[in-house]
Amino acid sequence: MNKRRAAAARGNTQRTGHMVLRAGEKSLRQRILSNWQLYAMLAIPVLLTVIYKYIPMYGIQMAFRNYKASRGMWGSEWVGLKWFQRFFGSPNCFRMIKNTLVLSFYSLLWSFPIPVILALMINQLRFKRFKRTVQTVLYAPHFISVMVVCGMIRIFLSPSGGLINLLLGSSVDFLSEASAFRTIYIASSIWQDAGWGIIVYMATLSSIDTSQYEAAKIDGASMFQRIRYIDVPELIPTVVLMLIMSAGSLMNVGFEKVWLLQTDLNKAASDVIAVYVYQQGIENAKYSYSTAVGLFNTVVNVILLIAVNRISKKISEDVSFI
Amino acid sequence: MNEAVKSHGTGGFSEKTSDMILVVLCSAIVLVVAYPLFYVLVASVSNPYDVYAGKTFLFPSQFTLDGYKAVFADDGILSGYANSIRYTVIGTAFSVIMIYLTAYPLSRRDLPGRKFFSIFFIVTMYFGGGLIPTYLTVKQTGLIDNIWSLFLPGGVAVGNMIIVRNYFENSIPKEMIEAAEIDGASKWTTFIRIVVPLSRSIMAVVVVFSMVAYWNDWFTSMIYLGSDKAPLPLILRNILIKSSASASQASTISGGYAELNKLTEMIKFSSIIVAAAPMLIIYPFVQKYFEKGFMAGAVKG
Repeated sequence: MNKRRAAAARGNTQRTGHMVLRAGEKSLRQRILSNWQLYAMLAIPVLLTVIYKYIPMYGIQMAFRNYKASRGMWGSEWVGLKWFQRFFGSPNCFRMIKNTLVLSFYSLLWSFPIPVILALMINQLRFKRFKRTVQTVLYAPHFISVMVVCGMIRIFLSPSGGLINLLLGSSVDFLSEASAFRTIYIASSIWQDAGWGIIVYMATLSSIDTSQYEAAKIDGASMFQRIRYIDVPELIPTVVLMLIMSAGSLMNVGFEKVWLLQTDLNKAASDVIAVYVYQQGIENAKYSYSTAVGLFNTVVNVILLIAVNRISKKISEDVSFI
Repeated sequence: MNEAVKSHGTGGFSEKTSDMILVVLCSAIVLVVAYPLFYVLVASVSNPYDVYAGKTFLFPSQFTLDGYKAVFADDGILSGYANSIRYTVIGTAFSVIMIYLTAYPLSRRDLPGRKFFSIFFIVTMYFGGGLIPTYLTVKQTGLIDNIWSLFLPGGVAVGNMIIVRNYFENSIPKEMIEAAEIDGASKWTTFIRIVVPLSRSIMAVVVVFSMVAYWNDWFTSMIYLGSDKAPLPLILRNILIKSSASASQASTISGGYAELNKLTEMIKFSSIIVAAAPMLIIYPFVQKYFEKGFMAGAVKG
């Protein structure tokens, strides 16, 4: 039985360097053998991940090839940057890049702070039941399909008898106004996900020792002061972490919602890269071209992710990505 | 009296006042969030012409259940519903099994190669092959128009897997596992007999997350499956987004075009409720575990 403990201890040192690993090679083999059931458990998940995640990653090279179904993913002719050149030469290219960046930047700007504020508020609620009810209602929209949400948006914005037009006493067809598209997209996203977004912050805030609040109260701190000096400092590392993660997906405009809300008339604002990738790839079967455009999108994302990670590391030492 | 003691915070309101302001603010937010759903619910049992005339802001007008009757008489919606239930049940079972099979080995600190496998899975959260390479891989493995195209390419839901793994690491006493293994239990036995039964709360969370994901998904079905296998959201796309009456509706209605038109509008509201209701009824039951899951999952420490 001590052998197991010793093996576990060695397991810890193994991670520190290859030298140790080599020295204990025989026992490493024993440890691998004694863990065979764990490896067996991993077999199917690993296999599926290799097939459906890693092979497609390798398949990205078709962005540099002229994919022909008859020749397969690897046998098709190499064409270098042809598809990227075509994309950058296409008439709507810069409109799409701009729309993608603007839509996601404004989404982040508006959607990011709201859950933080909501969490700080809800955390101060003292009646447990009321607090739970508030949370239940705020979570609800997250559990509704994007399809249903877009259906609701269309009903509410309908020029004849839609809720918004009834309230405003107007009859505007908002979905054919390019200028209204971003507002519709962002406002509905806030409705759907801001409530859900509080969970991470609520979890962080729940780790605060309540005796701190009591002490602050006795010292005469107001609710606002308690939030400012107890909650906010506790929350900042989590906020920074969440900011990095959202910034890393800045170009990941949700395809589904844009596609469902797009009309011919609002394209000036709703024409984004993700929809184009879908249309070119699935609808028009231009496989290589679509992959190249998607790859461009991914590369921009990775650059943003690394940049934001660098910046935030400088700002705060103890927070880093993953 | 108590208030007198508490109220001298500099520049702040008294304790009682700030509590009141907070409750009022939160109530207002709750109303704003809940109202759109409430409005659709009221509209779904009202005459649609009254809805569009603005007579149903708070109460139904000319109460009727015809919209729901039409929804449950529509073959397209019914088959979509059946498909959605099937995909949700199979997908959730498959997904949770995959999550557990991955999370347990990765939670064992004594597993050689643990770090390698962790990175192997986490990478797929941030990088992927993109739409077309994935589509072609699914095609090459013969899954087009096969319902397993909804489950297999998803592989392991890595975010949920990390939530479960961290729960295993932090909330299941290592002593129990060690003691069982010293007594000769195999790793598989400790997994089935100790880890699985002790992790019911986190299992409830990932079950609900997976259910929601499968119930609401339509994009995967749209690109991989034929229209006879369409889940509910895709059927709703015709009703809600394209605004077209389905053929089966047209054939069952005898009252002519005006009646059909009215019914088409009613179905929009009732189908929204019918599609959203199952998940909205289920999630409050596991709500109290959500924070715990995210505590362990998103922020380590």
